[in-house]
Formats: sequence, structure tokens, C-alpha cells
Amino acid sequence: MTRAVSLRRLAGLASLGFLLLAGCAKPARDDLYVLLPGKEGQSSGAVTVESGGKQAILDQPYEAARVKEPGRVEPGTVTQEQVQQAFGSALAAQPPRPVSFTLYFLENRDELTPESKPILAQVIAEIARFPAPEIVVIGHTDRVGTLTRNDALSLQRAGRMRDELVKAGVDPARVRVEGRGEREPLVPTADEVAEPRNRRVEINIR
Amino acid sequence: MRAALASLASAMLVIVIAATDLVGAQEAGHVKVSKGTVQIERGGQKVPATVGATVQSGDVVTTSSDGSVGITFLDNSLLSAGPNSVLAIDRFAFDTTTHQGAFESSLQKGTLAVVSGKLAKASPDAMKVKTPAAVLGVRGTEFLVRTGDGKE
Repeated sequence: MTRAVSLRRLAGLASLGFLLLAGCAKPARDDLYVLLPGKEGQSSGAVTVESGGKQAILDQPYEAARVKEPGRVEPGTVTQEQVQQAFGSALAAQPPRPVSFTLYFLENRDELTPESKPILAQVIAEIARFPAPEIVVIGHTDRVGTLTRNDALSLQRAGRMRDELVKAGVDPARVRVEGRGEREPLVPTADEVAEPRNRRVEINIR
Repeated sequence: MRAALASLASAMLVIVIAATDLVGAQEAGHVKVSKGTVQIERGGQKVPATVGATVQSGDVVTTSSDGSVGITFLDNSLLSAGPNSVLAIDRFAFDTTTHQGAFESSLQKGTLAVVSGKLAKASPDAMKVKTPAAVLGVRGTEFLVRTGDGKE
């Protein structure tokens, strides 16, 4: 019994010694660069890591490069567990991803279509998820009517949406309103063409 | 003629002052997440990085051993740093219409998670992240950076 305990203690001491040694042998630098998967798990793009004239390209999920001294770039991969261990706090502090909604309007009016009305409730719920939200509301029209009239109508549509958000408790100081008139149609058309998909307001939240 | 020259000179002075002012007050993003002690160093002053605080081009954001911070930039880039980190926003310029500009930051130590935004999407050379040992080029992506001199 006593013997078992002392053996265990010995083993413990030995592993402590190993840790200390490992600590001393640890290189001065242990930089780690990791590419994360994008949406739906596929590659999210690429990152080039350049150090002292040497380069590595990371273009696969969890592909990694270690740099222990400038000019020594070691390629490799890491597991999700290793990512959590090394970057858990940084990942937990990520702000919510910016989101964008498009709502459609009745012809020549600042009234939402029946289909778009429920989206407004979604927008309001979404805003509540954002700390210190920044909201940009951009109004558009189709190409029926004059440029001047459409500039005014697009601003009126955006302003109406801002009013709805404020009514739902959103701080008006956090909402910016813009009108683009018929200048940025979603669906390009000839002038004076009625196009429901162009009668819209974009609401961007970040 | 002399009067004309003088007024030209003063007009130019006004332009120079206006331009300097613009550079000095360049808004780059806002703090969205702040845990523990997080500070923004700006022109020799330190201010707490509270949720909603503005981050400017030239700022250095630091986190303590219990700190972490998340920042959303004007181009929708997301940068978040873990404990014991020093992150400098070296340069941020973003044209909201063309999406052209530049975003250069450096992680002097610590950990950083990046989701690139509209700048990196519009031009592959617009976004760079530096560490004391490496320079990262960003082609529209999500990635992680850890750097340090091993003293901690």
C-alpha cells in the first residue's frame, strides 16, 4: 500500500520533471496560423503565411503553419480540439456575423407587401441579438417615375422602416437611413418598367 | 497678385489641416464584445474598450490575462483577441461604395481570430495581418493567429 503510493508519487515527480524539461526546451517562439472552415464546412478561402522569405499557403480547413523562428515555416494540420485549446477565448469573443434583410414594397408606396410584413418581426428579433448594433437602412425603387420622385420615394421607404424599428424599441441613434432611388436596381430594366423586385429596402445589421 | 497668393496659401493650409484631421479621426470599427480588462491606446492615452467604443486607425488594443475583445469593422471584418494580446490597427481605409481600401493590423502577441470582410473580398491584397515573425495575406477567409516570444 505504502509502496504503491510512493511509486505513484515517484511517477508524479518524474512527469513533473519532464514537464519542467519540456518547458526549458520550449522554443522561444511557437507561432501558429490556422485556416478555419467556412460556412457548410468547405474551405473558406486562403491565407498566405510569409516569414523570412519562406511562404506557406493554407487553403484547406484546419491546415496550419507553425513558425518557431523567422524563415522556418512548418506546414501541418490541427484538430478542432487543438483549435479550441489554443484559440477558445478569441473564438468566444467573436462578434455576431453581420446580417442583411431585403423587404419588398407595394407599387409607388411606402407600404410593405403582405409577404414582407412578417420579415420585419425577424429583423427586430435579429437586432436584439447584436451588442451595440449598427443598422443601415437603404431604400430603392423600380424605374417607373422620375429620378427625383424615386429618390424621394426610396428615402421615404427607408424612413418608414426606421420608424417601425424605433417603434419596436430600437435606439434611433443606431439607425442610418439612405435612399438610392432607381439607381441600383436588383433586376436591371429599361426605364419606366414596373419591377416588384426593385421596390425594396435593405436592412443591414452589424 | 500678392493678395491672391496669400489667399491661395491660406486655402491650401485649410485643406492640409482638414486632411490631417480626417486621418486623425479615422473610424475603423466598434467594440462588440469586451470581457475582463481591455484597453484601447490612442495617442499615448489609455481608455477602457467598453462595448460600443469606437476603434480608430492607429489604435492599439490590449487585453489582460483575464481579457478578451471582439471588434466589428466598417467593412464587416470581425477581429477577436484572446487574453494577453496586443493588437495594433495599423491602417484602415474603406470606401463603402467601391469596397476598395486597405486593412493592415498586427498582432504583437497573443491570439487572434479573423473573419475577413468586404475589403478582402473586393481585392485580394487589401487585407494583411502581421506578427513579429510573419506577414499573412488574406484571400477572403476565416483564420486564426497565435504569436509570442514565449516569455509568458
